[in-house]
Amino acid sequence: MASANPLALREQFDTAAQQKDASVLAMWIFLVTEIMFFGGLFLAYTAYRSFYPEVFGAASRTLSATIGAVNTAVLLTSSYTMVLAVRAAQKGSRKALIWFLILTMIFGTVFLGVKAYEWHEKFVEHHVPGPSFHLEGEPLQGQAQLFFSLYFAMTGLHALHMVVGMGIMTVMTWRAWLGRFNADYYTPIDVAGLYWHFVDVIWIFLFPLLYLIDRHVPK
Amino acid sequence: MITAALEEREHYLNASYGLKSWLLTKDHKRIALLYLGTITLFFALGGLFATMIRIELLTPQPDLVSSETYNKLFTMHGVIMVFLFLVPSIPATLGNFFLPIMIGAKDLAFPKLNLLSWYLLVAGGLCTLGAMFAGGVDTGWTFYTPYSSTYSNTYVIATALGIFIAGFSSILTGLNFIVTVHRMRAPGMTWFRLPLFVWSNYATSLIMVLGTPVLAVTILLVGCERLFHIGIFDPALGGDPVLFQHMFWFYSHPAVYIMVLPGMGVVSELVATFSRKRVFGYGFVAFSSVAIAVLGFLVWGHHLFVSGQSVYAGMVFSFLSYFVAVPSAIKVFNWTATLYKGSISYDTPMLYAFGFIGLFTMGGLTGLFLAALGIDVHVTDTYFVVAHFHYIMVGGTLMAYLGGMHYWWPKMTGRMYPEGWAKLSALVVFLGFNLTFFPQFVLGYLGMPRRYHVYPPEFQVLHVMSTAGASVLAVGYLMPLVYFLWSLRYGKLAPANPWGATGLEWQTSSPPPTHNFEEPPVVTHEAYDFAALLEEAQVG
Amino acid sequence: MSEHIDSIKTYTLIFLALLALTFITSTVAYIDLGPLNIVVALVIAVTKMLLVALFFMHVRYSTKLTKIVVAGGLLWLAILLLLTMADFVSRGWLAGT
Ligand SMILES: [Cu+2]
Repeated sequence: MASANPLALREQFDTAAQQKDASVLAMWIFLVTEIMFFGGLFLAYTAYRSFYPEVFGAASRTLSATIGAVNTAVLLTSSYTMVLAVRAAQKGSRKALIWFLILTMIFGTVFLGVKAYEWHEKFVEHHVPGPSFHLEGEPLQGQAQLFFSLYFAMTGLHALHMVVGMGIMTVMTWRAWLGRFNADYYTPIDVAGLYWHFVDVIWIFLFPLLYLIDRHVPK
Repeated sequence: MITAALEEREHYLNASYGLKSWLLTKDHKRIALLYLGTITLFFALGGLFATMIRIELLTPQPDLVSSETYNKLFTMHGVIMVFLFLVPSIPATLGNFFLPIMIGAKDLAFPKLNLLSWYLLVAGGLCTLGAMFAGGVDTGWTFYTPYSSTYSNTYVIATALGIFIAGFSSILTGLNFIVTVHRMRAPGMTWFRLPLFVWSNYATSLIMVLGTPVLAVTILLVGCERLFHIGIFDPALGGDPVLFQHMFWFYSHPAVYIMVLPGMGVVSELVATFSRKRVFGYGFVAFSSVAIAVLGFLVWGHHLFVSGQSVYAGMVFSFLSYFVAVPSAIKVFNWTATLYKGSISYDTPMLYAFGFIGLFTMGGLTGLFLAALGIDVHVTDTYFVVAHFHYIMVGGTLMAYLGGMHYWWPKMTGRMYPEGWAKLSALVVFLGFNLTFFPQFVLGYLGMPRRYHVYPPEFQVLHVMSTAGASVLAVGYLMPLVYFLWSLRYGKLAPANPWGATGLEWQTSSPPPTHNFEEPPVVTHEAYDFAALLEEAQVG
Repeated sequence: MSEHIDSIKTYTLIFLALLALTFITSTVAYIDLGPLNIVVALVIAVTKMLLVALFFMHVRYSTKLTKIVVAGGLLWLAILLLLTMADFVSRGWLAGT
């Protein structure tokens, strides 16, 4: 197959444009499967919050909204550096691409670090579901456990996606370092960016749902 | 003995040799054959469990197995047949092989992903089988909580993990198909020139992509609940087991269409080819596939009529369920209308297609009984339900699968199967199937509950009929296995187009070359254009 | 194919808007708006999602197909949530329980 760009045109495709279109479409469809995957958790959250609004409010108030907000800002910053990385790739600027990818990973690491600190706090406070679970001053301990079960399931799966994202970014940085991308061929960066932003979007919903519900009730 | 004629030309089977050339292949045709071997093994294992169930049910007393073992038998039969055989069956084998060829592509959009899908199915299968050999699982294929999450002391987590992994195989196949149909069509292959088999696999892929992730997260939560005792569905903590049922059936009702839609696509091909007519109302049949995929997502609550779901939701779900009947009926009417004034030939694939249309219609109509809230309360969890879904999944999907296998076998292997034996097997399968499952409608209506191996003596006659039918059915399934294998060596060489069919897959040689076509095809006319085929033959 | 490249300024503005929305949603959460609290929080979250999707993920100038895929995913999420919640919400309607 003769092609203007010899870089990485796989044999099942006729043109580079066709290959790029296919990759981007595939990532979007994959993100739809992710929406449905997290959708199950959002459903469980919605159902139980509608069952037990007071308990969910009380349990939510034990989380630190400040830490949550700061971590949201950290993650949004990583999305900002990611989109600048994609822009650098579009422009064919190898150096800027590498630096923005590294910055993205740094902010991702900070986010995960803060998350780990928060989880650690939960362990110390006995807010981890299980036999030793105890939420002070809450008569409905079971329902409070439901909140924290969902909290750990949702933030845990989100963090897992972050870890996978960090892995992808590492590979992308390595390939950028080797000079595998240029202004004509940067689809992997583009697609990795879509994934990273999607994980950000999930957090954009987790933050208000887990941290901000019923903050105003004086406690 | 490989004949010289076949040896001369290079094709996908002789392009390279050795185990590595198969296990690391990126050729969708070879991957289809890997799938074929794998799911045949799963089918045999699931069939073995079915055999033991039917033998146990010969008498009203428990004689062959204990209650615990019986629970495991029907669970493992269901798990294997649904997740490891029926879901991948037609899409992963015939779809994988023919979808790219039918649209004139060299391969699927992502060949490595395609191979990965197969490895995931194998890994998921091994995980599930491991759980079975370790001691099995007894929750039923539906894994209802809180039994599965709290009380069952069998290998729930390993089985659930197997299904979770196999689910990703399904998701990746769906993703690959969707991208391929959108981006890999040959010049001139417009959406309304696509063979109906492609449309139905496309619709199937939509369900795989939209539904399977919800099943994945559901069984993940069940696993976490067992492992860490976090209790998302645990009523003791205020959780709601009905939420599990919602999430489970959000996937598992549409999954029925994952199983039957590809079969409908096969039947559309068969009916057109063997009536030598364009499928009547092509556009309606094409859109009805997508309509089934979409509407299939709005009806899952009909599995929850007696679960404690609100009666109002029950009424809505009951009402919505009737809508799925419309596109399904459109297909049946249009196949029948295609036969009208067609020049019908009764080759083996067509016999299977006839079997499909009849049995699917019965399965579909009894499905309407079950969708009616009032009747369902009466027959819930009886053999009526069992008979209904076997009419769809075995009478429908499996008939279509076998019909498709016979139809495309010459293309896949370059060999013809023995027509006489094949016709006989189609007849045996049809008779055996009806003898097995028709009595179960009666049993269920009389009140025989499913998942019990001890029953009142008055049900024995019907159970004996059913078991007798299962034996006939087993013979019917073994016959193709034998003569297909026989044909690989001794079958007549297949011409490129043995049935005089339209469709790009018949314009390349049998078996096709590695990249499917010697010359990249250009499509100039609509699907099932037999007149154009005739003209080309005269000109050529 | 012509690739659309946004300016750094556009991206920076979107980023600042996202930070501002995060600050607003965190602050508003402490004001008692009754049932409107959750509405405000979700409206802000959806706005942030749209900003990220349209600008950072380039949905704004991507193909019609991509837009359909995104809309389809959200629609199916809505089906899952709405039809299931239809059950939970209407359970108490019978006999006034
Ligand atoms: Cu159903």
